Amino acid sequence: MSVPLLSLQGLTKAYPGVVANDSVSFDIGEGEVHALLGENGAGKSTLVKMIYGLVKPDSGQMLLRGTPYAPPEPRAARGDGIAMVFQHFSLFDALNVAENIALGMENPPAMKDLAARIREVSESYGLPLDPYRTVGDLSAGERQRVEIIRCLLQDPKLLIMDEPTSVLTPQEVEILFQTLQKLRSEGTSILYISHKLEEIRTLCDHATILRLGKNVGECTPAETSAREMAELMVGSTLHTPERAGRELGDVALDISGLSVPAPSAFGTALKNMHLSVRKGEVLGIGGVAGNGQDELLNVLSGETLTEADAVKLNGAPIGQLGPVERRRLGVLAAPEERLGHAAAPDMSLIENAMLTGAVRQGLETNGFLNWGAAKGFAENIIEAFDVRTPGPENAARSLSGGNLQKFVIGREVLQDPDVLVVNQPTWGVDAAAAADIRQSLLDLADKGAAVICISQDLDELMEISDNFAALNEGRLSAPRPAAGLTVDEIGLMLGGAHGMEVAHD
Amino acid sequence: MDLSAINPVLLIASLMVAATPILLAAIGELVVEKSGVLNLGVEGMMIIGAVSGFAIAVETSSPWLGFIASAAAGAVFSLLFVLLTQVAQANQVASGLALTLSGLGLSALLGQNYVGIRPPQMGKLDIPLLSDLPVVGPILFGHDPILYIGIALTAGVWAMLKFTRAGLVLRAVGENHDAAHALGYKVIRIRILAIMFGGACAGLGGAYISLIRVPQWTEGMTAGVGWIALALVVFASWKPWRALLGAYLFGGVTVVQLNLQAAGVAIPVEYLAMSPYVITIVVLVILSADKSSAPAALGRNFHASR
Repeated sequence: MSVPLLSLQGLTKAYPGVVANDSVSFDIGEGEVHALLGENGAGKSTLVKMIYGLVKPDSGQMLLRGTPYAPPEPRAARGDGIAMVFQHFSLFDALNVAENIALGMENPPAMKDLAARIREVSESYGLPLDPYRTVGDLSAGERQRVEIIRCLLQDPKLLIMDEPTSVLTPQEVEILFQTLQKLRSEGTSILYISHKLEEIRTLCDHATILRLGKNVGECTPAETSAREMAELMVGSTLHTPERAGRELGDVALDISGLSVPAPSAFGTALKNMHLSVRKGEVLGIGGVAGNGQDELLNVLSGETLTEADAVKLNGAPIGQLGPVERRRLGVLAAPEERLGHAAAPDMSLIENAMLTGAVRQGLETNGFLNWGAAKGFAENIIEAFDVRTPGPENAARSLSGGNLQKFVIGREVLQDPDVLVVNQPTWGVDAAAAADIRQSLLDLADKGAAVICISQDLDELMEISDNFAALNEGRLSAPRPAAGLTVDEIGLMLGGAHGMEVAHD
Repeated sequence: MDLSAINPVLLIASLMVAATPILLAAIGELVVEKSGVLNLGVEGMMIIGAVSGFAIAVETSSPWLGFIASAAAGAVFSLLFVLLTQVAQANQVASGLALTLSGLGLSALLGQNYVGIRPPQMGKLDIPLLSDLPVVGPILFGHDPILYIGIALTAGVWAMLKFTRAGLVLRAVGENHDAAHALGYKVIRIRILAIMFGGACAGLGGAYISLIRVPQWTEGMTAGVGWIALALVVFASWKPWRALLGAYLFGGVTVVQLNLQAAGVAIPVEYLAMSPYVITIVVLVILSADKSSAPAALGRNFHASR
């Protein structure tokens, strides 16, 4: 075999209290798409930061085409042909596309020439982009294009992509994969970080799996099943969430003929919506982002008030009750946006447990807060949902996305709801934790709660739902039993087959 | 009441002088805020500049050395703010207020021996023919050099922010310091340089008051000009030419109302005295009605590990 493009040899990096990378070695070949797999906190990000020169390894070395490579800063890494597309934090909202790209280049040409090159490169890779648009106005997919083009303009030899598809719609993922395949055919190597295993199986030539900072195995994704890879990541057998055969009870929550105008210029209006969910049922609601998911959640949680009769709990009108009263009655919700909606980022986990748990867990009496009980409740959540954090005193912001998600879902599940509404419950969570969260939702249903799961992950919905309905432009399709639904039928529902309305009961 | 005593040419010429200290301080603070730092210590840095510029000019009999010293003193004094906010990660609002209070106190101490002295005068620009032109001459070509430096600085900062890579990096740091760091820019270093530039500009503005506008040293003589400059930056939507417009507007209304007072207009003095503040704010609020362009990271401290 020829000399690999980049060879990592025994890289080790320790932070106070945790060894992020423990003697990690692997090679990335020329023109290879190499996957880096691992759970949250397995050390993927730290490893990538070392390659990109943001973090210096404590020991070990890297060889770039056989010569020692130790970038003191990202500038040097870029100079050596290493480019990186970040998961977060690397675009400037107030600047335009061309300015953003210029900032990531060593010797950018004059703005006019740069704009022309951006147009040229973006079109040749099938990622059209207007260089003079302000980045703040772009969609998530377009923002990612900016980052990719910023990298491509520098003719990288190695392109590092940190969870590139977590924010994309299926169509955008398709386009991205075409671009990456084109790059590979031109001889660019790609280091691809993700925990979406199916993606890795379609795209990657080789995979390295990290667990707790160590390289625990390598495989050829096309020849390995997603399950095997997931088990390598987790280090134990992965259980698929199980559904016990359940008897569905009476209708718990019922929405009939609900219409709500769009809350803002960018929101979606809900139109003539009918929905009913029975005790012990998991109702899955699918749909592409921005079709009314947030608005629906707000109507169910009580953040948006409606006519009293439009939303009924066990037959009693609750449309005019706010979130606190609904919590008291047993209707709980966990919204999608973790930082800012589901949790207060700068408050500790104890305070966050207090915020939604106060009513049902008896954490307050006559306006006085019982911090001891809140701490106990937070510790319960951490224990029961395996939230990795040094302790409940830590700020919500300090948790990784997946861990905070576990906390946010766990906090509602443990409050023993009669109706639980969740939006994107496993977004950004690794395979093992996602399985745990899904299992907990099923367990809740087994105990007789009604669960409404809004998600964009169709596999997830098929796995846990009893019935499936699709949201499209603020309309909800008639629910159908999830068992036996084919992909084509789902696609049709998502595309909006409103002409075929079935009578609602 | 005798409005004919007001000479419009002299009025315009003197409003430019009245506006220059505000303009200098505002342009400096604009650069600081564009880098994402809110330094409320402008008033303190100005008065330090005013006293040290005055003292050096008196001791050396050279107004030029005085101005250079004032810029240096402002920059050095701003290092106190750097130490607090960029090194010790202290809160920027509190640190800025501390800078203003300590500047006022320190300047009173330093200036004790200079009260009541006349500083050496700085010559006015005198270009044969041009300076002698009627109307245009006194307005455009009859001022001291620092006033022109103020305008040149405005143009320079505008061009730097708009056309140069240094300006782009500065804006990027003020917009999203985490992203700038991830791209390998030295956030703290860039901010320190911006803060020192702001200090130097504020120092110059202070010395302009003590050496040219008044000219003499009295305790607390900046009298809130630094605060006006701070407000100006916000209302000017962080745009250099709007800051110039605001400064001239403020200077203009100040001069006009003084003239009106002198002419004995039948409006209570209190209303006249407040008019510069009211009019400047109203005009700039109307101007800044377009989308707000505050640097997104303004006032937030950066720490590489977060």
